[in-house]
Amino acid sequence: MRLPLSWLHDYTVPDLDPRALATRLAMTGTEVDRIDHHGVDALDRFVVGKVLSAEQHPDADRLRVCMVDVGDGEPSQIVCGAPNVAAGQTVAVSLPGAIMVDGQKLKASKLRGQPSNGMILADAEVGLAAERAGGIMVLDDALAAGTPLGDVLPISDTVLELEITPNRPDCLGVYGVAREAHAATGADLAPPPWATDPHPAGDTIPGVSITVEVPELNPRFTVRAYENVTIGPSPLWLQQRLLAAGQRPRNNVVDITNYVMFLTGQPLHAFDLDRVAGGSLTIRAAGDGEKLTTLDDIERTLDPDVVLIADADGPTSIAGVMGGQRSEVHDGTTRVLMEVANWDGPNMNRTMAKLGLRSEAGARNEKGLAPEQVMEAQAVASQLMVELTGATPLGGTIDVVNWIPPAPELQTIRLRDARVVALLGAPVARETSSRILTALGFGVAEADDGLDVTVPAFRRRDVTREADLIEEVARLNGFDTLPSTVQENRTGFPGRLTPQQRLRRRAEDVLVGRGLHEIAGWSFTQPALLDRLRIPEGHRMRQVVELENPMSEAQSILRPTIVGSLLDVASHNAARGMGDVAIFESGTVYLQDEDPAQPLADEHHALAALVTGAAAPPSWRGGAAPPADFFSAKGLLEAVAGALRVTLSFRPCADWPFLHPGRSAEVLLDSQRVGFVGEVHPSVAAHWDLEARPVGIFAVRLQQLIDAAPEVITYEDLTSYPAVRQDLAVVVPGTVAAADVVACVAKVADEVRVFDVYTGSQVGEGRTSIALHVAFRAKDRTLGEEDVTRLRAKLVKQLALLGGELRG
Amino acid sequence: MSSTLDRIAALTDEASTAIENATTTANLEELRVGYLGRKAELPNLLRGVAQLPPEERGAVGKAANQARQRLEALIEERGGALAGAELDAKLVADTVDVTLPGVPSQPVGRLHVLTATRREIEDVFCGLGFTVVEGPEVELVHYNFDALNHDPAHPARSRTDTFYVRRPQSVLDAVGPDPSREVVLRTHTSPNQPRAMERQAPPIQIIVPGRVYRRDSDATHTPQFHQIEGLAVDEDITLADLKGTLLAFARAIFGDERDVRLRPHFFPFTEPSVEVDVSCFQCSGTGALPRTGARCNLCKGTGWLEILGSGMVDPNVLGMVPTGEYDPERWQGYAFGMGIERIAMLKHGVPDLRLFYENDLRFLAQFG
Ligand SMILES: [Zn+2]
Repeated sequence: MRLPLSWLHDYTVPDLDPRALATRLAMTGTEVDRIDHHGVDALDRFVVGKVLSAEQHPDADRLRVCMVDVGDGEPSQIVCGAPNVAAGQTVAVSLPGAIMVDGQKLKASKLRGQPSNGMILADAEVGLAAERAGGIMVLDDALAAGTPLGDVLPISDTVLELEITPNRPDCLGVYGVAREAHAATGADLAPPPWATDPHPAGDTIPGVSITVEVPELNPRFTVRAYENVTIGPSPLWLQQRLLAAGQRPRNNVVDITNYVMFLTGQPLHAFDLDRVAGGSLTIRAAGDGEKLTTLDDIERTLDPDVVLIADADGPTSIAGVMGGQRSEVHDGTTRVLMEVANWDGPNMNRTMAKLGLRSEAGARNEKGLAPEQVMEAQAVASQLMVELTGATPLGGTIDVVNWIPPAPELQTIRLRDARVVALLGAPVARETSSRILTALGFGVAEADDGLDVTVPAFRRRDVTREADLIEEVARLNGFDTLPSTVQENRTGFPGRLTPQQRLRRRAEDVLVGRGLHEIAGWSFTQPALLDRLRIPEGHRMRQVVELENPMSEAQSILRPTIVGSLLDVASHNAARGMGDVAIFESGTVYLQDEDPAQPLADEHHALAALVTGAAAPPSWRGGAAPPADFFSAKGLLEAVAGALRVTLSFRPCADWPFLHPGRSAEVLLDSQRVGFVGEVHPSVAAHWDLEARPVGIFAVRLQQLIDAAPEVITYEDLTSYPAVRQDLAVVVPGTVAAADVVACVAKVADEVRVFDVYTGSQVGEGRTSIALHVAFRAKDRTLGEEDVTRLRAKLVKQLALLGGELRG
Repeated sequence: MSSTLDRIAALTDEASTAIENATTTANLEELRVGYLGRKAELPNLLRGVAQLPPEERGAVGKAANQARQRLEALIEERGGALAGAELDAKLVADTVDVTLPGVPSQPVGRLHVLTATRREIEDVFCGLGFTVVEGPEVELVHYNFDALNHDPAHPARSRTDTFYVRRPQSVLDAVGPDPSREVVLRTHTSPNQPRAMERQAPPIQIIVPGRVYRRDSDATHTPQFHQIEGLAVDEDITLADLKGTLLAFARAIFGDERDVRLRPHFFPFTEPSVEVDVSCFQCSGTGALPRTGARCNLCKGTGWLEILGSGMVDPNVLGMVPTGEYDPERWQGYAFGMGIERIAMLKHGVPDLRLFYENDLRFLAQFG
C-alpha cells in the first residue's frame, strides 16, 4: 500500500524522518518496501506569482509573454502557452532550478526568441492531477507574491510503500497505519475520522429497498442516499492524495469512495440512484452462465458461487469486487446511492480467482473485514459528500444485518504474565504490555495473573488467542533485548544423519572423487522429452505427473528420469566448447503412483551420471585419455556399488529405447532391476547434438542400493591364512559372457578379476581368451600345492560346463 | 718372533692408511684384495702359524687375526661411506622437471554448490541436536496449507502462485471433491512439520531439506528452489531459543562475528512470526564499505541481510496433529524455513538465481 506521509500526518506525526520512520515500522512488523517521492522537488523554486501583464508573443500565435511578480523585486518574464493566462491572475510559478514531477530540472530558456525564466504551472505539472486538462491553475488572490507554493498546495509528498501482511487488512487504510505508527513511535493519535457521523438518523430511504438473498455471504449491507449532488472534479488536495496513493482521480463522488476506502480500509460503491431500476437492490447468487459487463468494459460470465447486486432490470455489480457500467455515476448524476457492505472473504477470493479479476476493493474484502467497519466508512463518506459535492442526505441508513456480534466475553482474552515469559524466554512488564495493547486499540483490564484484553473489531479475525496477544506485545516491545539461548535436546536421539543419509553422501562423494561434477537439473520437463527418448506409448515412463497450471509447455510435466537433465546440461556445455563432460545428479524423479487411487506421486531418489568425450585431460607423458563409453559409465557405477558394499550384476537388455541396443544393460541387485547402464542411442543423442562421440550413462534407484548396503560390517579373517594368487587364462566360446566365466570361476576361487580379453587366431575361431587374477583361500589353513592342484582340477570341470578350458 | 709381530703391525698401519685414503668403492675393493685376498701377506701369515714354533703360535696367530678383523671393519665402514656418496652423486645427476604436472592428470569433481551448502547447513543443525528428515515434493493441499493453518483464502493457494498437479480420474473417483485432497508441488518444506509430528511424539527436533516450487520466474525467483525447514517442539522451547539457535547457525555459516536480529512478520503457521536478519558480513553490519565508505551493495546500506522466516509454532498447527500428542497447552516450540539458494547467493556472491540451474561447468567448478 502507498502511504503518503502528508495523509498519515493528519492523524499522527511521529518525530522521525521518513527513513527512520520506515525502519521503526519495519522493526515493529510493517515492512516498508521503498520510500518514494510524489510531486516536485527543490521546493524553494516554487512560489506564488502575480501576472502583471500578458502580451501576445510576436512570433507565435499560441504563446503569451508574461511579466510575473514572483516576490523578489524585479518581475520575471515567463512565456506561457496556456490559453487561460491573463493579467491580474494569481498563479503558481516554478523558477529555474525547480525539479518537476517528471524529475526534469527547469532551466531558463528562450521560446521563439523570447527569454523565459520559469513556468506558470498547471495542476498536472506539480502532481495535483493525472493529466493536463484546463490550462494553468488560478489561485486565491489573497496570496502574496513570493509565498512558497508548498505552503499553499500539496505539491511535494513522501510516500512509503508498505507491504501489508494478509492478516492486517486494517492496515490497508491510512488510519490503521496511523494507529500502528502511534503504537510504534509513541506519537499522539488523533481520533478516527468517523468519530462523528453527521448523517440523519432513520432506517429508511424513500423509494429505496434492499433484499439480501445470501445472508451467509453478506453479513452486512448498508446504503445511504444523497440528492442535489453536483458531479465535478475533486479539490486539488484530494486529487493529490489519491494520486500519491496511486489512484487516478475521476470525479468527486468516485474519488470520495476511493478516498474513504484508502482512509478506512473499507470499500464503498456509489450508484447513480436514478439508474437503479425500481430503486431496489437485491443481493443474490448469480445464475449459471449469467453475464455482466464490469466497469473495466469486460463482459464476464458468472456462476452461482458469485454474488451479484441486481436491481429491477438485472445485475449491476459483482458484489465486493467491481461495479457494473449500467448504474455508474456519470457527469449528469444528481442522486447517489452509497453502498457499504461486508462480504465473506473466502467467497470474494474465489470470485476474483475465477474471474481473473482483482480490484482494490476485492483485495480488502477477501481478507475478511469486520462488519463494524461498514458504518465507519458511511460516516466519513457522509461528511465528504456534503462538503465536496453539495449533496443533501436523503432519508437515513438502510442497514441489513445478517450477523450477530460476538458476546463481549468472547472477545476478551486473558494474557498471563507467566505465559509471556514462557513463550518468549524473557519477561515483559505488565505495564509495558498494557501500554502497547492500549495503543493498538485493545481494551485492557488488570487481572490476577495478567491482563484481560478485549480485542477491537478490526483485529477480531487476526487476534483470537493468547499467543496472538503475545505477538502484539513482543513485536512492539522489540526483540533486541531477547537473550540468545539454545534449548536442550531431550528427544532421545542424537543430532546426526541417518545411515541412509550418510550413504547417499558417500555415493555422491565417490563420483565427485572420480572427477564428476554434480548438477542440479530441473524437476520440470516437457512432454516432448518422452518422444525424444523414444519412450513408446504404454511404457511405465509415460505415466508422468502432469501440472494443471504449468508456466509453459516446456515445464508442464515432472521428469520421470534424470537422463533428460543430464543430456540438457551436457548439450549446454558442449555448445560452449566444453565437450568433455562428466556429470551426475542425485535427485528425485517422479511418476504417477502405480496405485490408481493414490493422489501422491511415486517419487524416488535416483543417482545418474553421464560421461562423454575424454575421460581425463590429456597427459604430457601418456597422451590423450580414451573417449568415455559404456565401460566408463559402468566403471563409475561399480565404484558407487563398491563404496556402498553392494553387489550389482549386469545383463544385456534392450528395454530402454534411448540406449544403444548393443551397448546397454540392466542393472540388477539381488536379481531385482535397479537401473540401467549404456551408451545413449546416437539418434537420441542427436537431439542434443551429442552424437559425435559415445555418451555413457547410468541411472539407478539409489535408495534401493542404500537399503541393500550393510549397516554394520562384521570382521572377516583374511590375514591368518594367506591366499594363493594365480593368473589364469580361460578360453571359452565367444558367446559366453564374461560374467558367466567369472561366476563359474568364483565357485572355486575367492577373488576373481578379469584383466585381459583376447580374441584371435591363437585361441581359435569363435573363441575368446579371458585372463583372470584369482585367489584361492581357505578359512582354516594355508593352502598347499596339492590343494591348489585339486582346486584347479575342479575349475577345469566347471569350465567344461561352459564349453571352456583352462590354459596356463 | 718379534719380527713377525712387527711385520703384522706394519702391515696393519699401512693398510689402515690406504683404506682411509681410498676414494672410490672400486679402489677400496682393490685394497681388500691386496691386503686380505687369498694371495695377500696377512692371510698367508695366518696360514703359516702352524709352522711356527709352538711357543710363538699363540701370539702371532692372535695378532694376525686381530689385524684381519680390524681391517675388515675399516673396509666395511669406509665402503659404506663411499657407496653413499657415490649414490648421492648419481641421483643428483638424475633430475626431472618437478614443475611438470602429475601423471595421469587427475580430474577434480565438485558437488553442486546447492548440495555443498545444504550439507553444510545440515551439519550445523546436526551439531545442534537436530535430525534430518525428508518428505514428498508432490504434496496434498492438506499438508501444504490446511495443516499449516493457512486461511482458505490465503493467496498462496491460488493457481497463479502454486503449481497444482492434474489428478487422473481414478484418483478423483477415490478422493472425491475434498479440496484438501488436491495435489500441489509443495511450496515450502513446511508440510513436513505436520508430517513429522504425526510420526513422532514430542519432543522433536528436525530439519527438512528439499526442493520446493512456486510459480515465479525472474532473476530473484526460479519456479523451483530449495529450502531447509526446522522444527523444535518441547515443553519449554522459547523464542529466545530460536534466536540463539539461529545465531549459532548464522555464525557457523557466515562467520563468528555475525549477529542476528528478529523482525516481526506474519506467517500463518507461526505466532509470533519473525523474519531473521544476519549482520552483513561484507560491511560488518555498518552499511558502509570499510575503505571507501561507499554504501554496501550487499545489504543496500542497511547493515543487515534477511536470511529466513521463522516463529513460534502456531498453537493451531500443534492442535491439528491428529494423534493428539501435541496439546498446545503443554507443548510449544519454534519453526523456521530458509532458502538454500539465498544462503549460497549471499555467501558466494552469486548474482543471479538462474545460474544455479544453468549448470555451466565453469560455474559448477567454482564451488563444492
Ligand atoms: Zn553490508
